[in-house]
Amino acid sequence: MSLVIEKVQKRFADFEALRGVSLSAPDGAFLALLGPSGSGKTTLLRILGGLEHADLGHVGFAGLDWLTLTARERRAGFVFQQYALFKHMTVAKNIAFGLEVRPARNRPARAEIKRRVEELLSLVQLENLGGRYPSQLSGGQRQRVALARALAIEPRMLLLDEPFGALDAKVRKDLRAWLRALHKQLGLTTVFVTHDQEEALELGDLVAVMNEGRIEQIGTPDALRNRPATPFVAEFLETVAPPPRPYNVVALH
Amino acid sequence: MKVIFRPRGPTRDHPLLRWSLTGIALGFIGLFLVLPLATVFTEALGEGWRAALDAITDPEAQSAIRLTLLAAAIAVPLNALFGIAASWAVAKFDFWGKGFLVTLIDLPFSISPVVSGLIYVLMFGLQGWFGDTLRDHDIKIIFALPGIVLATIFVTFPFVARELIPLMTDQGRDEEEAAVSLGAGGFSTFRRVTLPNIKWGLLYGVLLCNARAMGEFGAVSVVSGHIRGLTDTMPLHIEALYNDYHYSAAFAVATLLALLALVTLALKSLLEWRYADEISAVHHH
Amino acid sequence: MSLAATFPARGGAPFKNGAPPRAARTWRNPSALPGFGLSLGFTLFYLSAIVLVPLAALVIRPWELGWSGFWDAVGNARVLHALKLSFGGAAIAAAINSVFGLIVAWVLVRYRFPGKRIVDALVDLPFALPTAVAGIALSALYARNGWLGAPLEAMGIHIAYTPLGVVLALTFIGLPFVVRTLQPILSELSRESEEAAATLGATRFQTMRRVILPMLSPALLTGTAMAFARAVGEYGSVIFIAGNLPGISEIAPLLIIIKLNENDYAGAAAIGVIMLAASFVMLLALNLLQAWASARR
Repeated sequence: MSLVIEKVQKRFADFEALRGVSLSAPDGAFLALLGPSGSGKTTLLRILGGLEHADLGHVGFAGLDWLTLTARERRAGFVFQQYALFKHMTVAKNIAFGLEVRPARNRPARAEIKRRVEELLSLVQLENLGGRYPSQLSGGQRQRVALARALAIEPRMLLLDEPFGALDAKVRKDLRAWLRALHKQLGLTTVFVTHDQEEALELGDLVAVMNEGRIEQIGTPDALRNRPATPFVAEFLETVAPPPRPYNVVALH
Repeated sequence: MKVIFRPRGPTRDHPLLRWSLTGIALGFIGLFLVLPLATVFTEALGEGWRAALDAITDPEAQSAIRLTLLAAAIAVPLNALFGIAASWAVAKFDFWGKGFLVTLIDLPFSISPVVSGLIYVLMFGLQGWFGDTLRDHDIKIIFALPGIVLATIFVTFPFVARELIPLMTDQGRDEEEAAVSLGAGGFSTFRRVTLPNIKWGLLYGVLLCNARAMGEFGAVSVVSGHIRGLTDTMPLHIEALYNDYHYSAAFAVATLLALLALVTLALKSLLEWRYADEISAVHHH
Repeated sequence: MSLAATFPARGGAPFKNGAPPRAARTWRNPSALPGFGLSLGFTLFYLSAIVLVPLAALVIRPWELGWSGFWDAVGNARVLHALKLSFGGAAIAAAINSVFGLIVAWVLVRYRFPGKRIVDALVDLPFALPTAVAGIALSALYARNGWLGAPLEAMGIHIAYTPLGVVLALTFIGLPFVVRTLQPILSELSRESEEAAATLGATRFQTMRRVILPMLSPALLTGTAMAFARAVGEYGSVIFIAGNLPGISEIAPLLIIIKLNENDYAGAAAIGVIMLAASFVMLLALNLLQAWASARR
């Protein structure tokens, strides 16, 4: 189930967001889209999620003509920067949402839904918080709920839009390590958007540096660091030191 | 490779739904708002232009128009003054009971117009609290201009304050405090610093206040005594004409008020559109 | 001691952004700005003279009849029917406005069509149009030979001189409240919640039912309550179309006027007190609703 993006273009009124972007990533890869604001990375992510339409181009994933499917049909778990949790529902209800809205024949039984919610709550280390409302949680906790909610539908791919952007540094670091471990555990194809070089290089198997609607370079973090293909890439990455290895699973508070 | 098929975006409604809802909404608006409005104009011309103009230039109509304008001319500035004073007190200072005060100010908004007139009759009417005293001194409040003005003031009481209180609260105290620290006195500070900041909000509140003042019917109906040519405001005159079966005359006079309403709406929209920030941070009606 | 200081602070309806009084040993926090005494003094004087004292007159007046007199005044069939009509008609009108107001607000916020600006401005017509003008217009429209009255008569539906006419007039008067209360909430509603629901597999209908509507319900309730409160006391737009037949289409405010004309001040005041009490209850309910709505966010 590799992801293949071919010559995707997108224009907003008078602004060219994507000018023919192509890339491919192997199955189960963690692809980081890195770039400054306006580079088109979020647009590309939203196109993958079905939240925007591409003007031209093709995307193949899971053997499907990806862009002809609606957001609903794609089963791509999307995690928003501002979480987009349903404020009027409890944490448990938020997570169960994707299961409860399935058409009757695909919908699991009540008890099964409950079990899955519990499972996911412990996966994101938020057991016993199922009855709380989003407003009663911290930013980091809310983001984990958002992730659990996206995972509940057993997504084909996971799309994360600067998910740690609204959190402070310490929480960001912890969540980063935790997400990396989670990805190792689940093996889901993940596309992760960020403007933070450190984050991209630490998390990604594959990093695509974007600028003004184009991919400047795509490769492994080492490749980018040691052999930057363009001056932009070199400059953009130059403030980043190589991360310490190896990283361990961090238990979160 | 081109994208041939574009599925509907995730937050777009099905076209059928969109058309249906739009149709229902426009139908509802048309039925309840447009048709009655149109009726005013078409009925006014029911007996032709001449008759309509005669109805408007009729002496009793003229006196009703004058009375309406006079009542508004007294009530609106007074309520504007009150609105400014109240919002200055509420927005620039902290004191115990502030919330309650604001609720009280809002009170006339929730009271039936007839009750609004009733209370003045109970105070100043022949059998009211002050009825005997007034009669002894030959002062007429009910069934005369003062009563009409009082009732009008009551029903339009909150308009300016309601507009200015949130606006001035939102604008904060910094600029006024700066002015005071530079040596400006109270009125000076208000005139030079506060007033320019609130001028559009004030205009907006005055606009609404005026529309209500000129159009008030229920409250004025109770206190006025319906003395034709003397204590009939325009709405009351319209009622009198209608009850006497002078339909097109009634509608002709009503046209004036309907036009006033349309001008009010237009100005209101204009102010909201161009000066949205300076009218209110949180908009409410 | 001023009036304001004798009552504890409470949130008021127009006072959404206000800062609560800071805890102070004295009843007010001293401030650098001048004019407190003058502005508050004038405010309280004006408020008392125009609003509070006259209201006191209303509240005190019925008691000259004594308790039994009071109940006689309001307990008779004619008064009870008028009260039922005013309150019941207002409730039905508010319900109608609730449904259609939601649709109108949705269409105005979410869709585009030519002339939308004008339609949006028009929603405020019931605020701006004098009630007497609305009254005669509605009456002419739904009369036996009116534009709408005639075809309805042909179908056997009588509007004029019936409670149905009263409900229609009250619907007109309450129309802007639901729409205007919902519009800001709808436009603020983050699209992301809807997008999230879509990515999680919800159909548009499911999204509306489970995500959008629950988020709108406080505002919807508030707007409906406001429409109700406004309609209960309405007079001018109703009396022409209603025909004012006692026991059939006579509303409570009209009954107050009739009693005044009969010089039955106490009787009029008795009905007035009931309507005033209803206003207070509505005002309180609205404040609570708005407090609940802001706590939810």
